[in-house]
Amino acid sequence: MGIITCSNITKKFGKFTALNSVSLDIPKGEIFGLLGPNGAGKTTLIRIINQITLPDSGELLFNGAPIRPDAVECIGYLPEERGLYKKMKVGEQAIYLARLKGMSTKEATAQLKEWFVKFGIQGWWDKKVEELSKGMAQKIQFITTVMHKPQLLILDEPFSGFDPVNVNLIRKEILALKEAGTTIILSTHNMESVEELCDSIALINKSNLVITGKVDDIRRQYGNNHVEVIYRGIQPVDVAMAPVTVVSDEEFKGNRRAVLDVQKGATSARILGELIKGNDIVSYQELMPRMNDIFIKLVTNS
Amino acid sequence: MGKSKISVIIAREFAIRVKKKSFILTTLLTPLLFAALMVVPSLIAVYSGNEEGQQVAVVDESGIVMPYMQSDAEFEFVAVEGQGMDELKKDFDNLGYFALVGISPLDSAKNVSVVTYSKKQMNMDLKGRITRNVEEAVEEYKLKGYDIPQLAQIMEEIQPQVSMMTYTFDEKGEEKVSKVEIFMAIGYIASFLIYMFIFMFGSMVMRSVIEEKTTRIIEVIVSSVKPFQIMMGKILGVASVALTQFFIWIVFTLLIVTVAGSALGLNDAAQTMAVASSEIPVEEITKVVESDGDGFLQALKGVNYIQIIVCFVVYFALGYLLYSSMFAAVGAAVDNEADTQQLIFPITMPLIIGLFLMLHTFQYPDSALSFWGSVIPFTSPMVMMARIAYGVPAWELALSIGVLVLTFVAMAYLSGKIYRVGILMYGKKPGWKEIYKWLKY
Repeated sequence: MGIITCSNITKKFGKFTALNSVSLDIPKGEIFGLLGPNGAGKTTLIRIINQITLPDSGELLFNGAPIRPDAVECIGYLPEERGLYKKMKVGEQAIYLARLKGMSTKEATAQLKEWFVKFGIQGWWDKKVEELSKGMAQKIQFITTVMHKPQLLILDEPFSGFDPVNVNLIRKEILALKEAGTTIILSTHNMESVEELCDSIALINKSNLVITGKVDDIRRQYGNNHVEVIYRGIQPVDVAMAPVTVVSDEEFKGNRRAVLDVQKGATSARILGELIKGNDIVSYQELMPRMNDIFIKLVTNS
Repeated sequence: MGKSKISVIIAREFAIRVKKKSFILTTLLTPLLFAALMVVPSLIAVYSGNEEGQQVAVVDESGIVMPYMQSDAEFEFVAVEGQGMDELKKDFDNLGYFALVGISPLDSAKNVSVVTYSKKQMNMDLKGRITRNVEEAVEEYKLKGYDIPQLAQIMEEIQPQVSMMTYTFDEKGEEKVSKVEIFMAIGYIASFLIYMFIFMFGSMVMRSVIEEKTTRIIEVIVSSVKPFQIMMGKILGVASVALTQFFIWIVFTLLIVTVAGSALGLNDAAQTMAVASSEIPVEEITKVVESDGDGFLQALKGVNYIQIIVCFVVYFALGYLLYSSMFAAVGAAVDNEADTQQLIFPITMPLIIGLFLMLHTFQYPDSALSFWGSVIPFTSPMVMMARIAYGVPAWELALSIGVLVLTFVAMAYLSGKIYRVGILMYGKKPGWKEIYKWLKY
């Protein structure tokens, strides 16, 4: 049983169906990628989990029980379209948002001071938000999302607006939060970060759930069972008795690179055992499809 | 939990506004203005300030008027003989007269005509006095022409002596000296203030909703607090700002008027005005303080100030709550202030109708139009305030307030639904059709 379980959630706005009987399970302690093209229904689903919008039908379980209004205090939400009060001071504003999440002023101040030190921004406490750059404001927003130590963190495009240094900083914090046991829903169009960070994903397209599962399983499922071999030499690859057929074989950065189609049921050990006899092998790896390709394939086909 | 969060919101809405420089300035300076409006006219009345002993030259060619010209401390009429108006005019600057008055010889109908010249504008008071004096002279001259015996005695006896007191009385038979002008003034000012404050603080709520929407902070906040609580928190927060401001205004104004009044030796006037608090327009006060002070004071004391102030606060609060929830819904429906024009029409319309009804009501407080205007919730805050000084039966007050409260509850419910959907919608400006649909989401 995951931290969030949706069963048959449907939401309509007038004649428009935003979510059509979506069921999915978000495992506890994982980073869960919520993917889909613009307008697919991701934001509606996120708003339903945040209890901003109520579903027309279907059930939403939080830790195995129907979700209750006070669950908002166990959830942190960083919306894609996010902002702060421009005229309010950073510290005051962060405390205000923390109190709305049920923290006391004292608790919030202590937590915030810690985060400000961690991000090296102690000097910002009394600055007005309008004096901050976009990236600086994004940092504050990240802190205000996580400061009440939520069990479930929902991050919608958390990296947008950050420079590479800060992307790295946020990435590190996300992984640290996962280490600490936080479940994280990551909604993003950046498929590299999905491959890198997510354990499981769900793909929603045109209001329907297209696929959900472990990232590795999905990639394998949509792979065409190719392996890549890089070897030294100038001769074409000698596949000998290996249970493969050659797809391509060409020069590659001073070495050669062959892509081989693996016969069903063949293990890597057997293939390598044969290949190693006739070739000076530099590297061998399973060729998994990029999440990007899977995304495009699924969205255009459905 | 919900309650403590709404109080967190109220506290923020209150704090950000009262900390603003503009709030502090208007809150502290407005009482000075109020006080000045009250004290200055009576100062003028007391030290009715022109230079004393100015001379007005009179060229009396009729030969009958001059004895009737009454000088006083301010203006002294001086008869000039042997010089014509033209010469006097030429020499005006050297002679140092304030004005020249030329009176023509008597014509065939025993009338005269008067011409005056001055460099500075002659005030109404002086003009009136010259006219009165000349008329008196001509009248008596004409009467004398009839050779009536004992004329002086007859004139004294027929001199009319009428004094008028207007009373209102109620079922208990209590009589009050009634001054319709005072009631009209109170009604006018109170309901105009209500109109102004509802507009001012209502659009403050609207702007603040739009700000949260355009900065997108609302997306963060709705994940912590229910939209209805956010809306009510904002409305109540601004209401507490308004009430704080009223309270400071009333206290400061009374304080300044009392202190300044006693310091300037305007005890009577200051007291009158302290009693009248801020409700009486200045002309009324000065006019009456000069003339029949007793009747006026009695009439002022006949006004139930406690009731008026309590009703003012109640009707402001309820009217504000009703309208600000509509303002909040409009703010939620649009992306920026420029788009509010069309949607704000149903809010401003009844407010303006209320203001027009008020103009009728403070003259005809008991007409059917006034009654319905003071019961229908969208106009009742303005219209009832125009009636209140005249005395309104308790059941009418109860009905009016009851209807207003119920309408507010219904309106808050509807506005809450529009608000809930609107704050998360961006882009296309919604029409009435869409907003109607939102009610059902």
